[in-house]
Amino acid sequence: MSDTTHPAGGGGQGGHEGEGATRRDFLYLATGAVAAVGVASVAWPFIDSMNPAADTLALAQIDVDLSPIQVGQSITVTWRGKPVFIRRRTEEEIAAAASVNLAELRDPAPDSARVQQPQWLVMVGICTHLGCVPLGQKSTDPKGDYGGWFCPCHGSHYDTAGRIRRGPAPLNLALPEYAFLTDTSIRVG
Amino acid sequence: MAAPQFKNPVVRWIDYRLPIFTQLNHEYNEYPMPKNCNYLWSFGAIAMVVLITMIVSGITLAMNYTPHTAYAFNSVERIMRDVNFGWLIRYIHMNGASMFFIAVFIHIFRGLYFGSYKAPREILWMLGVVILLLMMATAFMGYVLPWGQMSFWGATVITNLFSAFPIIGDHIVTWLWGGFSVDNPTLNRFFALHYLLPFVLLGVVFLHVAAVHVHGSNNPVGIDIKGPQDSLPFHPYFTIKDTFGLGVFMIIFAGFVFFAPNFMGHPDNYIPANPLVTPAHIVPEWYFLPFYAILRAVPDKLGGVLAMFGAIAVLFVVPWLDTSKVRSANYRPLYRQFFWVLVVACILLGYAGSQPAEGIWLIVARVASIYYFAHFLIILPLLGKLERPRPLPASISEPVLKGGGRLATAAAAKPMEKA
Ligand code: HEM
Ligand code: FES
Repeated sequence: MSDTTHPAGGGGQGGHEGEGATRRDFLYLATGAVAAVGVASVAWPFIDSMNPAADTLALAQIDVDLSPIQVGQSITVTWRGKPVFIRRRTEEEIAAAASVNLAELRDPAPDSARVQQPQWLVMVGICTHLGCVPLGQKSTDPKGDYGGWFCPCHGSHYDTAGRIRRGPAPLNLALPEYAFLTDTSIRVG
Repeated sequence: MAAPQFKNPVVRWIDYRLPIFTQLNHEYNEYPMPKNCNYLWSFGAIAMVVLITMIVSGITLAMNYTPHTAYAFNSVERIMRDVNFGWLIRYIHMNGASMFFIAVFIHIFRGLYFGSYKAPREILWMLGVVILLLMMATAFMGYVLPWGQMSFWGATVITNLFSAFPIIGDHIVTWLWGGFSVDNPTLNRFFALHYLLPFVLLGVVFLHVAAVHVHGSNNPVGIDIKGPQDSLPFHPYFTIKDTFGLGVFMIIFAGFVFFAPNFMGHPDNYIPANPLVTPAHIVPEWYFLPFYAILRAVPDKLGGVLAMFGAIAVLFVVPWLDTSKVRSANYRPLYRQFFWVLVVACILLGYAGSQPAEGIWLIVARVASIYYFAHFLIILPLLGKLERPRPLPASISEPVLKGGGRLATAAAAKPMEKA
């Protein structure tokens, strides 16, 4: 009895006994593995149901008309529930952004990699620290030490290309996917 | 302890088949309590009553609440203005969350002071830390439900903490949100979980209480019950004591509900959520402030997040970090002082967390954070080796019965104070 229900652990027994223990071990492992795979495959649909749904994903494109925006003005549009900053930059801002020494940037990126047309800066207006909306869209807002945007939550400063220059945020403001449909309209997403 | 003889035949009939009455009698009537337990031992029972209060007020709120971004704020305002006693129920629930944390924080510091986490109560203590975590998750998600500005931005900042983890961070955040920002799917799942977690909490509390009853309560002297002269039956001695303590606590609770219902809240949360405008100064609810201060004290995003979670994780291993054999700080002259330094550090962290993270308050937060971790990771292990504890009495009743004049007269004076 005890031989079959409790496989012998110690050595020194006959070959038959050792073989029985091995088979029993194999059965334990196989049962355990089947259970683990089963639980994981049953769990996945429930976990994945919490990811963005098809309609949430479908809402993920918007067209924006840029023609009303004057030089030095910004607008904020909502895309995927997030603010997108669109700024028509001044010549000085473009020059300031282009003249920065890349070596002193935390998240190095030349100005040319931040824009498709130097005049139009299009960014997700969410601080890369913990997700607040930085100030700087209105002409009366504080723009931080680098003339771009300033996040009041924990004090991150972004420059005129939306690059992180000072404060706790690790990365530049994110760039959404967008394309110019005409000279004065873009599709975001 | 033999099964009691119940007189009522129905009770006897049931008890023979399902011994719940024997169980109740055993755990809450004749159950021996160390007779020296003071009012700090009432906070467990108080926390339990607050939990029940939260569940009752929460379920009645849920009957009038709408978990949708377009309706949530207005449904809470409707509760406040139109629903019969809605204002009362909501204010009970809002302030109840704070009172719950007050009771549990006192309960935890009681445990730290009197060494209640030491053998054989380690699992009891760890279940307590699980309760704290569940409470924090529940309160965080509840605060999102009224969908005010603080609800929205608190949820945004806290869920974004997970983006600090390399590679998988952003996927976790999208998964938590069910979208690309805090939005309707987020509100819906937070409501579902906010409804569920208190019942999970209730289950863990049940295990926690079951664990207390295995070896009995610790006590201010920190030594085990040596015989019947050291203990009193739970009922009526401690049922009455706990009820009195609960009454005082409830007066304070009611004081907040009726006279200063928004004292512990934040006015920005009466502005409907706006995903395009962040309030100038985001602060979490007061009970999260010490942890928030630790988060901001570390000048690195991932480091801050790890330190914040670490501040709770370290509590899990306190039973093994404290190497002293003596439980009660009353007999540990050095530990007692460090304990109070820890209390002060936690209060400073809480205050620093409410201030902008710059200048003097950033420095205070950093110093207090370092002390917090040093207390548990360095001081506790060393003290057990270096400290020379005062001699422990032979039994719980010895200091009272033999020459414990001060204690004995204090005990005798008590009934007269109340009369
Ligand atoms: C562990 C116990 C609980 C805690 C700590 C807790 C905490 C909170 C907090 C802090 C709020 C925000 C209050 C405000 O600012 O308006 C809230 C709201 C809410 N809670 Fe709870 N809660 C608990 C249990 C429950 C339960 C069991 C339910 C039952 C469904 C519930 C339902 C609600 C509802 C519907 C709201 C939104 C209404 C409102 O904001 O006043 N809660 N909760
Ligand atoms: S969220 Fe912008 S600095 Fe923290």
